[in-house]
Amino acid sequence: MFQIRIHGRGGQGVVSAAEMLSVAAFLEGKYAQAFPSFGSERTGAPVMSFCRIDDIPIRLREPVLQPDALIIQDPTLLHLPGLFDGLEPDGFVLINSSHQPAGFAAMACPPDHRLAIGASELALKHLGRPLPNAALLGAFSALSGVLHIESVLEAIREKFPGKIGDANAAAAQAAWQIVKEARMEAHATAD
Amino acid sequence: MLRQIEGSRAVAESVALCRPEVICAYPITPQTHIVEGLGEMVKSGQLKGCDFINVESEFAALSVAIGSSAAGARSYTATASQGLLYMAEAVYNASGLGLPIVMTIGNRAIGAPINIWNDHSDSMSMRDSGWLQLHAETNQEAADLHIQAFRLAEELSLPVMVCMDGFILTHAYERVDVPTQQQVDAYLPPFLPRQVLNPAAPLSIGAMVGPEAFMEVRYLDHCKQGQALELIPELNREFREIFGRDSGGLLRAYRAHDAETLVVALGSINGTIQETVDQLRAEGMKIGSVSLCSYRPFPVEALRKKLASAKEVVVVEKCVAVGVGGIVSMEVRNALTGLPITVSTVVAGLGGRTITRKSLRGVFHKAHVGQLPPLTFLDLNHDVVSRELDRQRDRRHSGPPAENILRDLRSPVCQ
Amino acid sequence: MPVTEIKFYQTGTFTIGNRLLSEEERAGQSAANRANSLNCGHRACQGCGEALGARYAIDAAIRASKGQLIVANATGCLEVFSTPYPESSWQIAWMHSLFGNAAAVATGIAAAMKVKGRDDVRVLAQGGDGGTTDIGFACLSGMFERNDDVLYVCYDNEGYMNTGVQRSSATPPAARTATTPAMGSEPGNRFGQGKSIPLIAMAHQIPFVATASVANLRDLEDKIERATLMRGARYVHVHVPCPLGWGSEPSDTIKVARMAVESGLFPLFEAEYGALSAHTKIRRKVPVEEYLRLQKRFAHLFKPTTDVARVNHIQAIADRNIERFDLLN
Repeated sequence: MFQIRIHGRGGQGVVSAAEMLSVAAFLEGKYAQAFPSFGSERTGAPVMSFCRIDDIPIRLREPVLQPDALIIQDPTLLHLPGLFDGLEPDGFVLINSSHQPAGFAAMACPPDHRLAIGASELALKHLGRPLPNAALLGAFSALSGVLHIESVLEAIREKFPGKIGDANAAAAQAAWQIVKEARMEAHATAD
Repeated sequence: MLRQIEGSRAVAESVALCRPEVICAYPITPQTHIVEGLGEMVKSGQLKGCDFINVESEFAALSVAIGSSAAGARSYTATASQGLLYMAEAVYNASGLGLPIVMTIGNRAIGAPINIWNDHSDSMSMRDSGWLQLHAETNQEAADLHIQAFRLAEELSLPVMVCMDGFILTHAYERVDVPTQQQVDAYLPPFLPRQVLNPAAPLSIGAMVGPEAFMEVRYLDHCKQGQALELIPELNREFREIFGRDSGGLLRAYRAHDAETLVVALGSINGTIQETVDQLRAEGMKIGSVSLCSYRPFPVEALRKKLASAKEVVVVEKCVAVGVGGIVSMEVRNALTGLPITVSTVVAGLGGRTITRKSLRGVFHKAHVGQLPPLTFLDLNHDVVSRELDRQRDRRHSGPPAENILRDLRSPVCQ
Repeated sequence: MPVTEIKFYQTGTFTIGNRLLSEEERAGQSAANRANSLNCGHRACQGCGEALGARYAIDAAIRASKGQLIVANATGCLEVFSTPYPESSWQIAWMHSLFGNAAAVATGIAAAMKVKGRDDVRVLAQGGDGGTTDIGFACLSGMFERNDDVLYVCYDNEGYMNTGVQRSSATPPAARTATTPAMGSEPGNRFGQGKSIPLIAMAHQIPFVATASVANLRDLEDKIERATLMRGARYVHVHVPCPLGWGSEPSDTIKVARMAVESGLFPLFEAEYGALSAHTKIRRKVPVEEYLRLQKRFAHLFKPTTDVARVNHIQAIADRNIERFDLLN
């Protein structure tokens, strides 16, 4: 089972992100479960959502306590205690930030499993609004390899109709591209 | 067709396939997405032959359903928590009048203190109303149970509550096989009531029944629940034949055949329990679980059979009879009368408190070695409650406990 | 041709014998083929204004709908005395659910008829003042707001009579009830702001609102018939004396009802979509005292001496109605 925990603020599409991940997994023939951690919904309040992906039916109903991946949609949440709780030793950390946030290098995961990407900036460019979730999903696909980008794009288009879907998909594609290229560079450099 | 959708959406689509004729809705968390989905389907024309009415309260919602059902229309509504209590009078009215209304309960805690998260206190508050109560373990089952519920309700002439955990199921995206219209039509015939409001054949419904006949009427209600015990497994079998999967029925056992410790629970928590059972089995413990789907009628015989050879039974329940203890466990104990089995109550998840495998492992272990007390509140913060109880011993202070806790946290020295 | 002068001496009501009217003008109850929707054998008190009003109203609705009528009844005197299980004096499709939900139940019935394509079937909800102005208020307002295709008829006997004459929000000021006893500095019901459901119905701007009284049964029939033929939310408020609760003579029911109308305390009017469309002028204005003296629930206003202040206050209410609804020539 692969477990993802998404952190963000109300209004950033944290819940939709988990849902789209689950749809992408479903499109690949996998079982997936996505659900939010609810508070009274207000724009700007910290929210969490969860997604589990597996090849067999998922029965577990507790929140994701031992995430294999963390997606942090808002870097201002990084100071929150417990944000990284339970992260698996070889887990992935994806942060929405155009620059490396403080403590990035010290995060408890393998160096090539952590990534900071300016998803809000990409969203502004492709959507006209700083809604980073789609871009982050594209980046996640490239970072973790857990889901194919095609599945992610289809899930995005299912969720958002017409032009909005296209714009979000473009942002996701762009993010995926950036991460892929950065990876190839890194490997080239390493070699 | 297999879909990855929100539980609420799955329920809305399944209800729509049942060809409801009147849907009345009043919004309350966590049921809103269900009625919104249905409203959209009616407005767009996807669901034809159905009137969707936005009412001004839950009391009005069930009352509208009572009127439409009595007039021969297949009727549906949904609610939770406070809303269910607000319509309590109508709940008893519907069952007393034998109206086959189907109502979704998005299980949610009842205030005060106000709480929007999941537990079973709401449907439990209506367990004696005469309604049938079915609990869904997954969103697939939640969707399927609604189809079975209309059939069950109309055959027995009794209303049915389909209970699904608020947020945990209603707001979770999961894989659901949404049936086809043909499948549902093959399973659910049109609604043809025996007594109906019809100018062509006038009758009076709802007269005041006095002492000379009330007991008989109530006894007949009581008998109907017994008839449901027979019908539910039948409908479950028929469902399997037409839809190809096992949904509903009275109860479902998991790795129970040689279990010494058996866990009983309602609803989605069974998923986490089964994961925990697998972990413990791998470590050599002989443990299994039983998921109760039908709470009303309570399957005394079926449950007794499944639990008979266990040494310990742990009932994990998301409700509590305040001042008394477990609600479900009382009924489980009743079903096991005369058998040498220790039944322990674990009250868990009240007000949406997370229930983890880790915590469940703890109590199952204790039960296995005979160290589980008769009543446990899972993961209780003992510091907070001890402080409050100590202070209460020193001085009484009226007011709500929740605010009292905060008061004491602010001032460590007793005032 | 010789002419014979005939002098009519009328006592009691002002009803001219039906025989002198054309068939269309005659009261429905005079027809041999009247429906008798509320059949004899019910257990109402002698002189019950509600039984009288309901009999006329429902037969009128049956006639207008050509028998295609379903009725939802709130808990109350009418429901209780008409259905002493195992008997029922209703000869129509009738349902009783709860005290406060008659309007909502009727909404549901109307929805069922609509869905089943039964456009011809009309739905009527009825209840007393308790079930309408108090506990049924929310459901009533909801039905108005949605403009559901329901005719709601309220039989207003100004109190919770079925449970033993307790005060409702329709109980007039100074009236004695079991919960507003005639004692202390404010004997009887307090002088509050009142709660006119007809005016509230008008504020919802529904297609038709009317007040009626058992003092003018033909007028009541006419209003119900016309209302039954309309679509959308409709409301008729019928004033019905309760001899038991009001402490009036059972044989005075119609007289008491007429006094209420002629004093101005119960104005007769109609409204469509929130605007007054018709009203009935007072034929012979009477001071409120004439009306009040007929009822023991107001006896404390006259013993040991007349409570001039309170009687004047009641007179002021009547005068305000007269002005507001233009009831005098």
